[in-house]
Amino acid sequence: MSDELLESADERELRSGVREMLSAECPWQSVLAFVSGGGDAFDPKLWRTVATGMGLAGLLVPEAQGGSGAQWRAAAVVVEELGRAVAPVPYLSSAVVATTALGLGEEPSLLGRLASGELTAALAVPYGLWSAPRLLPVSAGVVNGTVRGVADALGAGLLLVPCEDGLYAVDGAAARRTRVMSLDETRPLCDLEFTAAPARLVASLSAVPCALRVAATLMAAEQVGLASWCLDTTVAHLRSRLQFGRPVGSFQALKHRLADLWVELTQARSVVAYAVADLASGGDDASVAASLAKIVGSEVAVRAAEECVQMHGGIGFTWEHPAHLYLKRAKATSVAYGSPDRHRARLATLVDLPLEAS
Amino acid sequence: MASLITEASLRSRISEFLAAHDPASAGRLAFLRARFDAGLAWVHFPEGLGGLGAGRALQPVVDEAFAAAGAPDNRPGRIGIGLGMAAPTVLAHGTPEQRARWLRPLWTGEEVWCQLFSEPGAGSDLAGLGTRARRDGDDWVLDGQKVWTSMAHVARWAILLARHDPSLPKHAGLTYFVLDMTAPGVEVRPLRQLTGEAEFNEVYLTGVRIPDEHRLGEVGEGWKVAQTTLMNERVSIGGGALPREGGMIGVLAKAWRDNPARRTPGLHDTVMRLWVRAEAARLTGLRVRQQLAAGAPGPDGSAVKLSFATLNQQISAAELDLLGDEGLRRDSWAMGRPEEVDFTGRDPGYRYLRAKGNSIEGGTSEVLRNIIAERVLGLPAEPRVDTRVPWKDLPR
Repeated sequence: MSDELLESADERELRSGVREMLSAECPWQSVLAFVSGGGDAFDPKLWRTVATGMGLAGLLVPEAQGGSGAQWRAAAVVVEELGRAVAPVPYLSSAVVATTALGLGEEPSLLGRLASGELTAALAVPYGLWSAPRLLPVSAGVVNGTVRGVADALGAGLLLVPCEDGLYAVDGAAARRTRVMSLDETRPLCDLEFTAAPARLVASLSAVPCALRVAATLMAAEQVGLASWCLDTTVAHLRSRLQFGRPVGSFQALKHRLADLWVELTQARSVVAYAVADLASGGDDASVAASLAKIVGSEVAVRAAEECVQMHGGIGFTWEHPAHLYLKRAKATSVAYGSPDRHRARLATLVDLPLEAS
Repeated sequence: MASLITEASLRSRISEFLAAHDPASAGRLAFLRARFDAGLAWVHFPEGLGGLGAGRALQPVVDEAFAAAGAPDNRPGRIGIGLGMAAPTVLAHGTPEQRARWLRPLWTGEEVWCQLFSEPGAGSDLAGLGTRARRDGDDWVLDGQKVWTSMAHVARWAILLARHDPSLPKHAGLTYFVLDMTAPGVEVRPLRQLTGEAEFNEVYLTGVRIPDEHRLGEVGEGWKVAQTTLMNERVSIGGGALPREGGMIGVLAKAWRDNPARRTPGLHDTVMRLWVRAEAARLTGLRVRQQLAAGAPGPDGSAVKLSFATLNQQISAAELDLLGDEGLRRDSWAMGRPEEVDFTGRDPGYRYLRAKGNSIEGGTSEVLRNIIAERVLGLPAEPRVDTRVPWKDLPR
């Protein structure tokens, strides 16, 4: 297993490139406008820039299919920066989770289209799924049934549906999609209904738990990005906000809380670096690392966003300030792909610390 | 300057050394001295001072190779203050003569070091300390009282911070010395802790003479020199490389596995939360060590030490909760004088009690949070009334 937990020069360069692009193309004002408008599946212009312009949709697609081939560390950098900007694009769900699931099958042409960014895909499972999915019945090449609360499926050209005998691809337009009014409107959810929808077997069902492990790990990278924005923004506010004749950031009651938050963020960053390094070197410890990452990532994201709201005082509770975008995304991602409590339960089994005597 | 030592060249040096010095037949001390002289003690130190000027990251290669060969070690648990604090400070601020005199016997363990910083009136506010150093010819004469000094009863040398000029503001009036613990006027008294042991001491200094050549750094630079010591202290307290379930969490995990009848859902949740936190802290320690391999210790060491203290306390408390009345049985309340401290040692009660010191020794957790808030996050300091006035005019 690779134990390199520090960022390489290439990764630093990628990070600053993505951050620079996002500060120009995805300032928080445009995210706020996106959620205030309502109704869009994602920001198509930003997606074109990320996926095609910067060529980042294919980081996990093999080179033979037009991708860059299992660039896990680079993908984690991109996901983290997109999280930092609460960017409304389906990168995690399509370029990471669906691409991972599809990559475990034999579908070169679809992978090529995902790599180019012209097509986006979604794994048709509830956003909060952490264990085995409910399987839909399939026969004679058509699938029937419903799936509730699927992330980024609204605008996906392709849906990957776990069915009784494997993972099937269904054209996005062949499903009835009903938008859900969701806590986090920067990553829209929808309910899916399949009525004799044409479906094609693309991978075995073992692709699903594998994709969910990757989802949990990379989601933690997104959460580190969310948390770091919240911490940076809160620190900047406390340095400039004057009350009682001094910067409020000089009060120990606030400083100590932010110091603790920084420690927690430093730890989450280390855990995510470890989990991503493990994926990059074959995933020997993938199950433990994914649960570990999802727990600490979720906890730090929610805590950072909650502290961000609280320490901004009145302005932090308003619609016009971006803190709520992060609070909503943080809490929703904490539930996504298994809450910390679910992952602690799983971890207890994985590391032989069960509640019940065996 | 780029290091010329690669892992391969280091391994061949180690093989050559082991071929010439049989760990089984060479005497312990002779072996350690030879290892130092071959530059295989701490490889990132300069040549001639036990090192090769190599990258810090190569040190585990050496330590693992010597351990595998069954070589005697320098009992690092006994000389932690010397290795972790005195040595980096002597290296960074010492003269060539000072480095040559002190580093070799420090590393071999022939001479134990202790630290004379804290005083009854200067704990978190270390820069407020009052031990006086008065210049007298080529010597300094010291008077004062130090406290919380581990190993003072066996130490040959001490790193010491004293006030040479009370009319200057507190930080500017400090000078850093190395004290011979056998000098007349040094009196060491055991200080019993709440564990029952006297791991620490009080040290009284009465007219103790220190030659000026034992001053470390310039007169008035004591605070600056002390920063090197303190940064390294936090790294060395919190930064050991452990495997998964190493340290205190391993003790709790074993207790959980060994006691199925004592398990409850609430304790299970606690154990799992602590397991996750301990693993996150362990991985952070690994990352900090990788950063350290690339440069000097930074404030990240404060983060590692802070979480280490909190975790040790929470984990040892959870162990007592898990074990119930069986956990209340202690091995002894006798006033032992341990020379090595194992936070995970002895009995559950000891572990719980000793962990209370973790958030006090080496910088309280509250001071560490201030350091992180101010130096890492750049938050403003609290308004201070004590930094610009002469030390002698401060209320005390």
